[in-house]
Amino acid sequence: MTGAAETSGANKQAASDPGPDRTPDHPAGLDAHLVVTRGAFRLDVHLTAAPGEVVALLGPNGAGKSTALRALAGLTPLGAGHTRLAGVDLEDPRQRLYTPPERRPVGVVFQDYLLFPHLSALENVAFGLRCQGVARRDARSLAAHWLDRVDLAEHAGVKPGRLSGGQAQRVALARALATHPRLLLLDEPLAALDARTRVAVRATLRRHLADFDGVAVVITHDPLDAMVLADRLTVIEAGHAVQTGTPAEVARHPRTDYVARLVGLNLYRGTISAGGVDLAAGRRLVVAELPDADEVFVAFPPAAVTLYRTRPDGSPRNLWQVEVDGMELHGDTVRVELTGPVPLLADVTPLAVAELELAPGKPVWAAVKATEARAYPA
Amino acid sequence: MLVWSRSGRAFVWALFALVFAPLVLAPLAILGIAAFAGDWNSVLPASWTSENIREATAGTNYDSLVVSIETALGASLIAIVVGTWAAIAARTAPRFVRRLTDAVFHLPVAVPSVVVGLGMLVAFSDGPILLNGTKWIVIAAHAVLVVTFAYSTVSAGLDRTDAAFADVAASLGASAARVLLRVRLPMLLPSITAAASLAIALSMGEVGATIMVYPAEWRTLPVSVFTLTDRGKVLLGSAVTVVLLVATLIVLLLVGLLKGRVEERKRRR
Repeated sequence: MTGAAETSGANKQAASDPGPDRTPDHPAGLDAHLVVTRGAFRLDVHLTAAPGEVVALLGPNGAGKSTALRALAGLTPLGAGHTRLAGVDLEDPRQRLYTPPERRPVGVVFQDYLLFPHLSALENVAFGLRCQGVARRDARSLAAHWLDRVDLAEHAGVKPGRLSGGQAQRVALARALATHPRLLLLDEPLAALDARTRVAVRATLRRHLADFDGVAVVITHDPLDAMVLADRLTVIEAGHAVQTGTPAEVARHPRTDYVARLVGLNLYRGTISAGGVDLAAGRRLVVAELPDADEVFVAFPPAAVTLYRTRPDGSPRNLWQVEVDGMELHGDTVRVELTGPVPLLADVTPLAVAELELAPGKPVWAAVKATEARAYPA
Repeated sequence: MLVWSRSGRAFVWALFALVFAPLVLAPLAILGIAAFAGDWNSVLPASWTSENIREATAGTNYDSLVVSIETALGASLIAIVVGTWAAIAARTAPRFVRRLTDAVFHLPVAVPSVVVGLGMLVAFSDGPILLNGTKWIVIAAHAVLVVTFAYSTVSAGLDRTDAAFADVAASLGASAARVLLRVRLPMLLPSITAAASLAIALSMGEVGATIMVYPAEWRTLPVSVFTLTDRGKVLLGSAVTVVLLVATLIVLLLVGLLKGRVEERKRRR
């Protein structure tokens, strides 16, 4: 977890690797080292966050995101590591310390929301308060207050089966927040919604997360959700954190192919030599500005790639003969996948597709301007 | 419907009527006729009477009716509690224990009811638990016979409800007892009432095991039907059967009504 250039105070804490015996960065926040082994799969992730901070765990399916969530909630015991929250040790297998889920100040918004189908919206929100021993009357009025905060006051008596996806999500959020948790976990909070409601619900959720004074951890496989909702991202792949940083940082300087593909960048790794970057198999990339390092990543957007039917005159410095592998329409541009000495993604207009007669298997020349490529230390 | 053509559908309905009418409807209709027959020597009864029905709802037959209802309610209650408990507990038990529980709870329907009756008789005719000669041996035998249906109905209900709701409740701070009482049981309520109806209906009609174990003062209605017809009183037996059918129907309707009331109360709360 050695981060790239740090731009925010929050990121500094994430970039440093908290050893097991170190005092936590945030006595009032979250300091967790989650180690869970299941068969051949091993999750091993450090997570730290300050109160009020929203951290997204971003990763492909099967990366261990949900396991991390269950471990934080206490639904899956840790094999090793620790969980500390708001100055309290919740779990530490070495000291045989384990706090069951019902005694953790942790609220969870589950995937598909899982509202109790036999209880009304109000009773769903009041459930956690009743568990804390709040009297029925008080629990109901507090729950009504929370439903009002998520703009669902008039749906208090409605059973979950009659709520829309967006409404169910807000009830689930109110239910989790009503118990005043110090850590709020959201498991794919927008995955169950259709594309149209998603945009509005995402904006509302962001507002509610901004109001929340505890630590929020959002689990998602959608980079857009992560970028919009979170102050900081931790990208996990195959059970390990591969990158941590602010959304802008991660988007600008991806460190793995997965992240590069998520944010739509071409990414290469190589060593600096004589004003350029040597990639694998003797290929070279010329980059205008080089950092002071040996090993670097080079990234450039697909729009920086220009395609030619024949070898162009004037010979740009980064030029390869490649072959079209596939094409896909993204909005009003066409993303072309190219194979060859350097695998590339290129964005072109539909007009260019017609003029170049692009089709799978078609050989073309691809050029990248040295000024469009960014290099940063690996 | 798998058959789409008009003539094909008509044929299927005709075949169904041909099988259903003589096998199911005819015996029931004959029972209804016999219950009100005064004397019956030709194709249709020669005279009609309500005497049989009056006798079927009075005296020892009335006592038997009350015994049948009490037995059905008692045995079903025991079966529902034990069956639901076992189904919920087996869910989280190791695979082997779960398989074993499944097998044990299906045993009562796998063996003939006479065997269950005889087994109870032998087991409880002497200490340490002496039930023979009391009503409890009948109720116990019925509970054993219907517990299978309680167990399997609640198990099926558990299959349909998401186990993750227990996680949700725990994450909201619910103790194990609260998870059970406020989440798992209420979500299983439809399965539990269905199981109760089934158990009551089965118990009201049980005769095989009952005949092995019943003491003189605890004779259920089906046993009365059996002894009456055995002594040649077929018409009175038919009348008692009609009473049994109606009583079962009323009890099941009451259970359905009760379920509706519980749901109504929950909605209002």
